[in-house]
Amino acid sequence: MSELTLTVMRLGFLAVLWLFVIVAVQVIRSDLFGTRVTQRPVARRTEQQPPAQARRAAQPPPRARQRRGAPSKLVITEGSLAGTTVALQGQTITLGRAHDSTIVLDDDYASGRHARIYPDRDGQWIVEDLGSTNGTYLDRGRLTTPVPIPPGTPIRIGKTVIELRK
Amino acid sequence: MSSASNTTVSTGGLPSRRNTELAMLVFAVVIPVFAYANVGLAKDETLPAGMLGYGLGLGLLAGVAHLVVRRYAPYADPLLLPIATLLNGLGLVLIWRLDQEPTITDPDFGGDGPMAANQLLWSTVGVALFLGTLMLLKDHRILQRYTYISMVVALALLVAPMVPGLGRQVHGARIWVALPGVGSLQPGEFAKIVIAVFFAGYLMVKRDALALASRRFMGLYLPRGRDMGPILVVWAVSLMILIFETDLGTSLLFFGVFIVMLYVATERTSWIVFGLLLSATGAVLVAQTSPHVGERVDNWLHPLALENDNVTETAQVMYSFGSGGLFGSGLGQGYSRLIGGIAPKSDYILATVGEELGLAGLMAVIILYGLLIERGMRTALAARDPFGKLLCVGLTGCFALQIFVVTGGVTGLIPLTGMTMPFLAQGGSSVIANWALIALLLRISDTARRPAPAPAPSLDAEQTQVVRA
Repeated sequence: MSELTLTVMRLGFLAVLWLFVIVAVQVIRSDLFGTRVTQRPVARRTEQQPPAQARRAAQPPPRARQRRGAPSKLVITEGSLAGTTVALQGQTITLGRAHDSTIVLDDDYASGRHARIYPDRDGQWIVEDLGSTNGTYLDRGRLTTPVPIPPGTPIRIGKTVIELRK
Repeated sequence: MSSASNTTVSTGGLPSRRNTELAMLVFAVVIPVFAYANVGLAKDETLPAGMLGYGLGLGLLAGVAHLVVRRYAPYADPLLLPIATLLNGLGLVLIWRLDQEPTITDPDFGGDGPMAANQLLWSTVGVALFLGTLMLLKDHRILQRYTYISMVVALALLVAPMVPGLGRQVHGARIWVALPGVGSLQPGEFAKIVIAVFFAGYLMVKRDALALASRRFMGLYLPRGRDMGPILVVWAVSLMILIFETDLGTSLLFFGVFIVMLYVATERTSWIVFGLLLSATGAVLVAQTSPHVGERVDNWLHPLALENDNVTETAQVMYSFGSGGLFGSGLGQGYSRLIGGIAPKSDYILATVGEELGLAGLMAVIILYGLLIERGMRTALAARDPFGKLLCVGLTGCFALQIFVVTGGVTGLIPLTGMTMPFLAQGGSSVIANWALIALLLRISDTARRPAPAPAPSLDAEQTQVVRA
């Protein structure tokens, strides 16, 4: 076998080996771009989009629960999840350390099922403490009963502060 | 861990990516076949006769594995299987290539006979175990039930080579168990998987106690005395392995994995400090008392010193790396047979890679291992349950430490230990155990990447609220 052929094969093999490495890196490129952190419910909703829309088209549109000026998203402003937003689409949002909560709080001061935020029939968002140990604070006051949330008022749970925004 | 256990990093709306895996698998089978052709052309100027057989064998294994993954773990990571297949295939080629050297193969020259066929057989057994694990283990959390049984099994596996009549001493290390009719087995390879299950189950329960109940002293968190118990027990066991089996590698692996998992579970840097201190103490102690380990350390410190008028194996490995240079001598054209015995096939297989594929090829192989480890750690991040996270870290940590210990030993970074390069090196136990390890990683990654079950549509929730009101 000629020297040239062997040299070509030798370098060719290295090239193929590296090509495999590069292709493998390309396959995992999606890990670096387009990842999202937690918010399992958000991930679910993107998958649920088509059926939800189909349903909306099939049925008469629900009454205008999104009143003008009603908040459209929940924003976490302080705490380890700061910067996270969750769209408000009429679903109940549970907060706590339990893994099945809508927003899983990583906070030593939060209870497993700490609080929930849900819309009443008029579309007004209500926050309710679920018997947490350290309490849920709306602005300065500790919650004892379900209370409507005024827009822009901070709700504090341990070190986490959330707000409803338009 | 406290933040890691609640945070899941996922790529939103993942497709199953099984077709990507299939494409990569085809690629991973083609590369070793190319290598066969390369070796054959370089040595005999013809395409080797066994090329088709080995290529088909590897392709068949990969194909069956892929189909089973498609059926039983459809959302698993697309890279773990192809990379393992490629490394296994490359290992087969390298062993087959070394079989062509009379000084290694011919019993007249002290060789052990051709081993590539055997290695293909062991790989088949390994893939069979891989398939069995994927099919029978539907959920990795079942393993959590066997936490303490795993401990007993792991200890039994570790102690087995010390039992007289059962254990065998090969090249100074007593890490083999003779099985009548089958040959011999390295139980340590299997123990590493079982012990990861135990550590994961144990630390999941104990991590809060280990992380929180501690005093602060000079910037370090000192754990309570009774929490120190388990770490000291593991340290003592690994020292026992070191002293009675004179096996530096296994001992380092077990203690290292424990420290890694302890650190991941508790997020306390002090464990790493303690671990390093304890292992350094142990290593120095044993290096001074055990002649076998002492000799290894001497070879590491003075590789070019003459030993019985011969250069040491460590020096020969360095020569072969040097002769390979940047792009290598080409497959089948190196002189790693000069290392002597059957060591080039097992402990020093990286020397052959370094000589015949050069620095470029060696780096590619190491990056392949790195990618495998990255996928494992990534799976740990994506896993939702703490047991799965810890188990994943443990298994990947074992794999990573083993690669570090072997590569470090061969390249002269640390004293050489008698461990095998996963998938690449000749050795039945190693290849079987590592296929099982990959199966467990695939199982966890399938659970981790599986899309969450669809929630109830919000309109239903609304109707419920009307009823409640």
